[in-house]
Amino acid sequence: MNFDQATFELPRHLQALMQREQAGSTPTPTGLPRRSFLKLGALSGFALGAFPLGTLAQDAAKPAGLKPTQQPSAFLHIAADGGTTITINRLDFGQGVQTSLPMILAEELDADWSRVNSVHGSNDPAYVDPLFGMHITGGSGSIAHSYTQYRELGARARAMLVQAAAARWNVEPASLRTKNGKVIGPAGQQLGYGELAEAAMALPVPASVTLKDPKDFQLIGQPTGRLDAAAKSSGHQDYGIDVRLPGLLTAVVAHPPVFGAKLQSVDDSAARAIKGVKAVLRIPADRGGEAVAVLAEGYWAAKQGREALKLSWDSSAVEKVDSARQLAQYRALATQPGPRRFEADVSGLDKAPHQISAEYVFPYLAHAPMEPLNCTVRVEAGKAELWVGTQMPGLDGLAAATVLGLPPQNVQVHVQMAGGGFGRRAIPTSDYVVEAAQVAKAALAAGISAPVRLLWSREDDIKGGYYRPMHLHTARIGFDGQGRIQAWDHVIVGQSILAGSPFEPMMVKNGIDSTAVEGMKEPYEIPMRLTVQHPKVNVPVLWWRSVGSTHTAFVMETLIDEIARTTRQDPVAYRMKLIGEQHPRHKAALQLAVDKSGYGKKKLAPGRAWGVAVHESFNSVVAYVVEASLKKGVPTLHKVTAGVHCNRVINPRSLEAQVQGGALMGLSMCLPGAAITLKDGQVEQSNFGDYAVPRITAMPQIAVHTVLSDDAPTGMGEPGLPPLAPAFANAVTRLSGKPVRELPFKQA
Amino acid sequence: MSTLNINGQNHEVDVDPSTPILWTLRDTLGMTGTKFGCGAALCGACTVHLNGQAIRSCVTPVSAASGQKITTIEAVTGGSDKVGQAVHKAWVQHDVAQCGYCQSGQIMSATAFLKTLPRGKVPSEAEIDSAMAGNICRCGTYARIRAAITDAAKALA
Repeated sequence: MNFDQATFELPRHLQALMQREQAGSTPTPTGLPRRSFLKLGALSGFALGAFPLGTLAQDAAKPAGLKPTQQPSAFLHIAADGGTTITINRLDFGQGVQTSLPMILAEELDADWSRVNSVHGSNDPAYVDPLFGMHITGGSGSIAHSYTQYRELGARARAMLVQAAAARWNVEPASLRTKNGKVIGPAGQQLGYGELAEAAMALPVPASVTLKDPKDFQLIGQPTGRLDAAAKSSGHQDYGIDVRLPGLLTAVVAHPPVFGAKLQSVDDSAARAIKGVKAVLRIPADRGGEAVAVLAEGYWAAKQGREALKLSWDSSAVEKVDSARQLAQYRALATQPGPRRFEADVSGLDKAPHQISAEYVFPYLAHAPMEPLNCTVRVEAGKAELWVGTQMPGLDGLAAATVLGLPPQNVQVHVQMAGGGFGRRAIPTSDYVVEAAQVAKAALAAGISAPVRLLWSREDDIKGGYYRPMHLHTARIGFDGQGRIQAWDHVIVGQSILAGSPFEPMMVKNGIDSTAVEGMKEPYEIPMRLTVQHPKVNVPVLWWRSVGSTHTAFVMETLIDEIARTTRQDPVAYRMKLIGEQHPRHKAALQLAVDKSGYGKKKLAPGRAWGVAVHESFNSVVAYVVEASLKKGVPTLHKVTAGVHCNRVINPRSLEAQVQGGALMGLSMCLPGAAITLKDGQVEQSNFGDYAVPRITAMPQIAVHTVLSDDAPTGMGEPGLPPLAPAFANAVTRLSGKPVRELPFKQA
Repeated sequence: MSTLNINGQNHEVDVDPSTPILWTLRDTLGMTGTKFGCGAALCGACTVHLNGQAIRSCVTPVSAASGQKITTIEAVTGGSDKVGQAVHKAWVQHDVAQCGYCQSGQIMSATAFLKTLPRGKVPSEAEIDSAMAGNICRCGTYARIRAAITDAAKALA
């Protein structure tokens, strides 16, 4: 999701939803008056863990003009003993914002970092992305969009603490300074933040604050250990799947074998006879289909129940996709006229001294986060609570409210730490949340009021759709002996991710889904004509970490390399020549990777070749210089040197992890078995045995280097992914002499 | 009723003997540190020790554990297990976890592996890879897993 920040405007449809949500006022599921927060603060950690702070926030006087996203009380709780809890307004699903967002707030607060912990938020209006005005973790925007927000929150709270200390000591606030969780007076007297918190939070929130000069940063930019490291290294971190509630039942759902198919017959007698099975429920399924949920005490009984169901399906009304036939259809479509993203005169192409004619094929890809998808729903007294690892708790809460027939403000979403996601937890249709709500609704209708946990098996996940779309690219390029590109005629065929979603009005322009073409052409100054085709196919599609750049970076960076190779130019020098002057960050990132890798200087081990690629996504640039070989014909990646330009770095350890992780996910696209295919409308893969993901044996050495910059930070959750596969492919091509035009790589 | 010895304690559980250990731990006993990843012994998220050997609890029935000793992540990193403690410490120091979901299983495999090594031996990268190849991490923490295992081995040497 590469939202254009300058022109961003929420679509009217979404604005209405959000206004409805916000008009519903802050959810108060606890039934506690907001004023009682200070008393609750003295309770055990249970209160903090179980309820979002926003709903319990200290009742500060609110100056006019401050939005909920600017109120420290919704984000910060300082206990009497100085323990400091910071609420994050995003989902942490591994990218580390659970640590880096608190670092930003703590920096301006001058908090004692050793006393800081953090918790997830909810669908409370305070926790919307301040730029988008909706709850979303995506587009690598957590730090980029909330950097200033979290600094201001910390600075406002600090000012209030200073004010409280000044009143206590009867001195001027300007005579006080703060350090390490304490206010220090002119005579050296000290008060801990915990001693001041109650008085401070009763003060008005200052409308404006002065932020630190970045040269005074103590925390931002320092390699900092994750706040969740110990819990995640001992089995003590709870995820959505671990939610425990009294009487909780588990639902396992038999989904239609073809997307959108209906039930013809259901024989559930054997399923009902299984010990622990409480109910078998027929529910509406995604895309107009139907499904059967088995509700039981625990997953195993529910799964046994599902296996005992005898179901027959009617798929006569839905398209039954066949991957081979689909590719043929895409090839035919690529020759048809369609909307243009870029225009250029390509009439001279056939007369160019050198020509490349290329076709690229990319398969559907599943996200396959390690924590299987799940959502827990409790409906009680006209209110509902959801526990779910979600990137979009606002939309998910609204979707659940619609299913359950409840006013939106009566649905509270407790965002849970998530075991990966990579985009799968940001679903415009809220598919698995809606499914959980459907099960809860059907259970209630059957007289079961217990809370319900929907849990998908790995097979449900791999077969469940919402894939990175399959794509076909065709390119015809004409260039001269110096590599000067005279014309580039390019076609992209692939389903639109956003068509039919609330994001369509904002991100689909002139019939072109911006997520399908992001990453094309730039940073190169090229006369490119780009035609786009968005066929409708009965396979649900979704963004997958780095979205359009998963395929556009591969196409661009392998073709640029091919032009360099054809014209006998060094691929780095050629790129430097072709990158426009308005893209200095690309040049800096690439140069850094080149310098640190020893490219062009170091003698490679026998059998190895260099590969290079550079790509910008989500306003950050990553360049990779890699070393690869062919081990008995099998492409093998040995070493990766990264040059990264993401402006100011908040936590270098987190950045390194994101680049390592992005690179590995980029590598995952190259390895055998990284493809979802369909036959007769049914997905052919089912688990990690036939949908392969990389294991430790595939992990190359990775060294991560960053370009120093004081500019406001840009995101790093996704940009490490796109350039890996093309850099690897470029090295492989240098060894084999054959261009790589398909992912995953074809094995020799 | 089956009797399971988990982390040194006997538990009477009323489950069908064919129920995998994983679901008995998670749903019957509320021990959620052991994770569900694939249900088919393909990803290693559910790894526990059976008499000190790393096994996949998602495909091992309760009946196979009768009279045996099951050890889970909670005891390996939180008890008196010196190797488990060293692994936990190295995991924290290296900030191995990203989403962290697979790490219980990674740590259980790493601990079982280190216990097979002769005292003082620091494993090679190839040996680590071979021992850890059954555990999938989708976030890409493998580089830090290698570093953490190496450090844990050094600390134990």
